[in-house]
Amino acid sequence: MKKEYADIIHRCFRCGWCKLPLNFKDFNCPSYLKYRFESFSSGGRLWLIRAWMNGEIQTSERFAKIIFSCVTCKNCVQACAMPKIREYLVDMVINAREDMVENGVIPPEVRDYFKAVSISGNAYKMPQEQRGAWANGLDVGRYTAQEYLFYVGDVGSYDEEGVKMARSVAGLLKKVGISFGILASDEITDGNEVKTLGEVGLFEQIASQNIEKFKKLDVKKIITLSPHAYNSIKNEYPKLGGNFEVYHYTQVLNKVLNDIPMGKLNVKVTYHDPCYLGRWNNEYWAPRSVLNSVPGLELIEMDRNMQNALCCGGGGGNFFTDILGTGPDSSARVRVNEAIDTGASVLAVACPICYRMLSDAVKAEGVEEKIQVRDIADIVSEAVNK
Amino acid sequence: MDRIFERLADIVGRDYVSNAAEERFIYSRDGGVQMPHEPDYVVLPNTTEEVQKIILLANEEKIPVVPMGGGLVLSGLSIPLKGGIVLDMKRMNRIIEVNEKSHYAVVEAGTALGMLSAYLNKHHPSLKNSLPDAPPVATVAGNIMIHGSGHLSQSEGGFHSEMVTGLEVVLPTGKIVKLGSCSTVPYWFSRAPLPDLAGLFLGWNGTTGIITKVGIKLFPRPLLNDGLMFMTEDVDTVPDIMFRIVNTEMCEDLTFFITPKPAMFEGFQMTIISITANSEKEMRLKKEIIRDALRGYYESKEAGFVPVPKEMKAFLLEAPQKNLSAFADVRKGGGFEYVGAIIPVEKIPDAYRAGLDIAAKNGITYSLGGRMIGRGHSFMFYFAYPFNRADKEDMDRVRQALDDTNHAALKMGGIPWKAEVSGQQLILKQMEPSTYEFMQDIRKLLDPNGIMNPGNWEVNP
Repeated sequence: MKKEYADIIHRCFRCGWCKLPLNFKDFNCPSYLKYRFESFSSGGRLWLIRAWMNGEIQTSERFAKIIFSCVTCKNCVQACAMPKIREYLVDMVINAREDMVENGVIPPEVRDYFKAVSISGNAYKMPQEQRGAWANGLDVGRYTAQEYLFYVGDVGSYDEEGVKMARSVAGLLKKVGISFGILASDEITDGNEVKTLGEVGLFEQIASQNIEKFKKLDVKKIITLSPHAYNSIKNEYPKLGGNFEVYHYTQVLNKVLNDIPMGKLNVKVTYHDPCYLGRWNNEYWAPRSVLNSVPGLELIEMDRNMQNALCCGGGGGNFFTDILGTGPDSSARVRVNEAIDTGASVLAVACPICYRMLSDAVKAEGVEEKIQVRDIADIVSEAVNK
Repeated sequence: MDRIFERLADIVGRDYVSNAAEERFIYSRDGGVQMPHEPDYVVLPNTTEEVQKIILLANEEKIPVVPMGGGLVLSGLSIPLKGGIVLDMKRMNRIIEVNEKSHYAVVEAGTALGMLSAYLNKHHPSLKNSLPDAPPVATVAGNIMIHGSGHLSQSEGGFHSEMVTGLEVVLPTGKIVKLGSCSTVPYWFSRAPLPDLAGLFLGWNGTTGIITKVGIKLFPRPLLNDGLMFMTEDVDTVPDIMFRIVNTEMCEDLTFFITPKPAMFEGFQMTIISITANSEKEMRLKKEIIRDALRGYYESKEAGFVPVPKEMKAFLLEAPQKNLSAFADVRKGGGFEYVGAIIPVEKIPDAYRAGLDIAAKNGITYSLGGRMIGRGHSFMFYFAYPFNRADKEDMDRVRQALDDTNHAALKMGGIPWKAEVSGQQLILKQMEPSTYEFMQDIRKLLDPNGIMNPGNWEVNP
């Protein structure tokens, strides 16, 4: 473990503030919510990492599950009572993962994810030439010298729900006159999940490859579909020499939508904050502002919103590894029920991972009649086209 | 194959029982300085019936059972001193009922106090529950099993255990009983007028049964809250100051602290008077009455009200207070321990002096203070000592300070609260022998196989 973390990890008191959001509504740590053993809470995890470092417990399948079930949602960082260590809580878990990767003691699901990314350039083991297929029929060109590069990412390129979302966003960006191009078959993963799962070397390789490609194309501004890509390109790439102006698509829409005529939508919507946009990057208002620009749309907040939002459970690589698992206490299913409680008929999302996680949860809960998961661009497009 | 593991898995489901090294490690210790001891199994029940089945199994196999709520007691009361099963109750956290007009809630034992508060905020905004200074994950049942207190303990009836209106308990033999009005009618309004059997489980630290449901009093939530801070330099005046404030019946919570840091507070005692009201007019009146009650002190310049900046006020009125958890980081070490001694109010000066002496003797820093319990009926005085978890000697010093504090508390006429095993030993030594025998007779009667949290409240554990 890095010295900076080894020196502070004992300072977790395991007081449990990290389990709840700031308003105490309910357990807000997805792995604790699911498993309910103290060992799966943020504090329990840190104490176990310390015990592992000290040789008091050994690497095991259970230990790996505990470490890799953290979804890196940063609820613990938000809620922790210790001001001097709170910002490092998730970093310490990621660093423990790095140590496990280095020692070759990682769960098979994580190993398989790294292999897929390493060999195929994406987590889906899909051919690179199909990477741009999501845009078929949209008349979206390759990036040449447009104002923005639209970086779509793995989920937007290959996942069924993600593709729907990528198409909505691209269609809307075109409609409102944003100048952008895509990388299509030249795009590879952004590496955010590779990094949070602890494969530093692979992440650096991916990031460097992307930086080189972006620079070669003289990319200055990037719009990302996913908050995860937004996070890595905005916060991690500069450390490797990649300095770009990075926007999440809701931030770009927020700048232009005031001038776009829209029809009225009589719909009650609740919005789910993605962790990598919200708690990781402090962007809570752009998505809300975009939704509020739709005439007739009533935005209703869930009890846990903004800094207090419950993660969908897909962060920290869990979307690909599924180490957190499913079941009635999985955070996506709990979140869907929380959305229904607001009386909204639409659960708006701004992240392809959340989109997929929550859509699956709606099906698992059998509540398709009560609520529909839609991405923000899809909702706005409907109003723009009205 | 572990036969007992399999039987537990049959009861609660495989996902909710563990005998893995990781859970045995975590459940072997709490945040304080007590020595760890591993359980054999950690089990997370979801219903009273599951608890019953676990207890029946434990009797059959003669396995100790240790119930655990938030796990925040710091004095090792949920450390399984003789192994066996730790029963983590936090899956049982449903809020079953809120009776607005009769001012009570019925909750499952593992309900976090903070979550009950959030629920009331949303669904019953005119009501609130008493919150301890512990983190919000502290549970309702956990706090009554240790006679915990909270921010309404001064104005609204004392310890949380005194706010209990009814209980559902799984006895150590596996029988499920309801205690209080709920045993006879469908309402959980009171323990009276029936013989009060709830006392067999309140303050017993899980040595007499497993509480599975609790009826707990709720209180009005006035619209406004504010606070006054009164500073004294002569600690001998504090009991009288407290007496005067309590007798105005104008404050909701009355606490007191002494701390060497920040330097501006050193040598002074600060009394925090929390006031609630439904209008500005009522608030002004209440403050005026309190000021009048202390006029003699501030006119003679012996003591005085301190202007409190807005940010500091917000932090002093916060319930629960997050900064109290942050006290664990004073030594950059992630821990603090404390003796919370329940003392007669007039002993506050003795407690203050004892705390300073003990901290000096052991070469450690401290925070001293406390809360008025009831309308001046007793005082919960805390002697808190931060330590560095990575420094064994520092932990030893704090362990010694705890022992010194337990002795001092008993000597001055107080009783250590939620005492660790060595503190329990001191109390039992001083207790009337017939009382101790009575306690043991009750335990034997309730728990013939001695499975409930063994090692606690025993002269020879």
